[in-house]
Amino acid sequence: MEIDRIDGRTPNQLRPLACSRSVLNRAHGSASWSQGDTKVLAAVYGPKAGIKKNENPEKACIEVIWKPKTGQSGKSEREYEMILKRTLQSICILTVNPNTTTTVIIQVVNDDGAVSFKGYGFHLLPCSINAACAALVDAGIPLKHLAVAICCGLAESGYVILDPTKLEEQKMKAFAYLVFPNSVLSVLPEGSSKVVGEPTESGIITSVTQGAMAVDDYFHCLERGRAANEKMSAFLRRSLQPQLPG
Amino acid sequence: MGYSNASGDLSSEMEVDAFRRLFPLRFYERHLAELIRPDGRALGKARDTTIALGAVASADGSALAKIGLTTMLAAIKMEVMTPLKESPDEGCIVIEFHMPPICSPLVRPGRPAEAAPVVSKQLSDTILRHVKHFSVRSFSGMIDLKDLSLVSGKAAWMAYLDIYCLDADGSLFDVALLSAVAAFSHLQIPVVSMNDEGKLIVVSEENGEKDVVNKEKRKLRLNRIPFSLTCILHKKYILADPTAEEESIFETVVTVVLDTSDQLVSLYKPGGPALAFTSSVQDCIALTKQRLKELQTILDESISGMEVD
Repeated sequence: MEIDRIDGRTPNQLRPLACSRSVLNRAHGSASWSQGDTKVLAAVYGPKAGIKKNENPEKACIEVIWKPKTGQSGKSEREYEMILKRTLQSICILTVNPNTTTTVIIQVVNDDGAVSFKGYGFHLLPCSINAACAALVDAGIPLKHLAVAICCGLAESGYVILDPTKLEEQKMKAFAYLVFPNSVLSVLPEGSSKVVGEPTESGIITSVTQGAMAVDDYFHCLERGRAANEKMSAFLRRSLQPQLPG
Repeated sequence: MGYSNASGDLSSEMEVDAFRRLFPLRFYERHLAELIRPDGRALGKARDTTIALGAVASADGSALAKIGLTTMLAAIKMEVMTPLKESPDEGCIVIEFHMPPICSPLVRPGRPAEAAPVVSKQLSDTILRHVKHFSVRSFSGMIDLKDLSLVSGKAAWMAYLDIYCLDADGSLFDVALLSAVAAFSHLQIPVVSMNDEGKLIVVSEENGEKDVVNKEKRKLRLNRIPFSLTCILHKKYILADPTAEEESIFETVVTVVLDTSDQLVSLYKPGGPALAFTSSVQDCIALTKQRLKELQTILDESISGMEVD
């Protein structure tokens, strides 16, 4: 069963990606990330001295502030902040700068929207995780690896498409928003970071789903997400490399 | 280390306690190596679960759910409202999750708990199932909002579901969902009748009014009830139904929600240092399937217990 996509993409094809770094002057690190018409701006301030609330003598703390395109932030924004915070915490090496706080601010610039439903949906999550990740690199925050976020849409027939637009989203019955570690180029020594024969890059950092699906369909989404990971990782590497010194 | 010969005297007892506080991760890992947890549970076993229906007399439906020490009180109030223009034959459910300072030392008065809006949002996502279809508004959630309609375009039910966390000892979402489901299955929709001005008013059952609008529809139909299980991932171990202590030590949690028709409603893993591989995801889902049967039996028992009274 095939589905014709409105913009003529193949099911596994992502929207055109664009990433530019150091777009803000005063921030320690910043990046803008766009996937098709969705655009998110991320800024990183820190590491700065820990504020009392987040103080931890052993680890650095990450704080995320999510600013929606319009209106005030509510419950959904709180949830995005929590997911983003935990995701970024897992890719940062927190023990390097103990007792500090790093603030990541996400500003939604454009939400690919023909029709706008306010208040639900996680469709901005992948884009902002990718943006935050690029901004952290720009700020020089020590990271274990990068995070690559992708959205899979599941149609009624069990057909999976990657990176759906908002218009396409309305025809889907369920979604899986997945974050993986970026795929590595180097060959790791045997058994170093592998768990039961699976490479690190197939492990899930974050998974959020929406709508009901069969268990098998979820694993199908996982597979497709992993396949896209390689392409996304290559893009991330390409767009982060030229600005590295040397 | 005093830990291994904890056979009797007080001094070694003290040392175990000190070891637990100073090196919580190592304390737990030594237990896990023996496939047991400090509270005596096997790794995949959930804590004792109880449901008490009808805990709040003034509410239209209520339940008190307990898993281990985590306690939640859920109550539903029904109100008649005018339905929205875009959905004239649908009611509405408003879900609110409260974490008052009584529930945990982490919650301070005056400052809302960090976890509260997140659990609240997760609950509404699970119960209301926010996926709108473009063409067909097919429905896959637990409650069909059409069942809450009274008079199309004129009147519908607005259900206010409030969940209070009384004791937060881990797996908050699991208990909150269980108490919400139990409260909905206990819900008795009040009787309403039309008054002279054409307005719907709630009437008490004793004075048998003549034009009762909803004579038959007193119970809400629940299809595909969701149940959830939170698991901790740590190295090769999977710990089901963690306590607050376990959650703070291991940090990586996965919450799986399955419904009674074996559909995956949610697989929620917000970051965390451990990665979830296919095999561990499969294990978590298998544990949730077992747990779903347990919870369903417990819920059914408490409902049939109510009917006897």
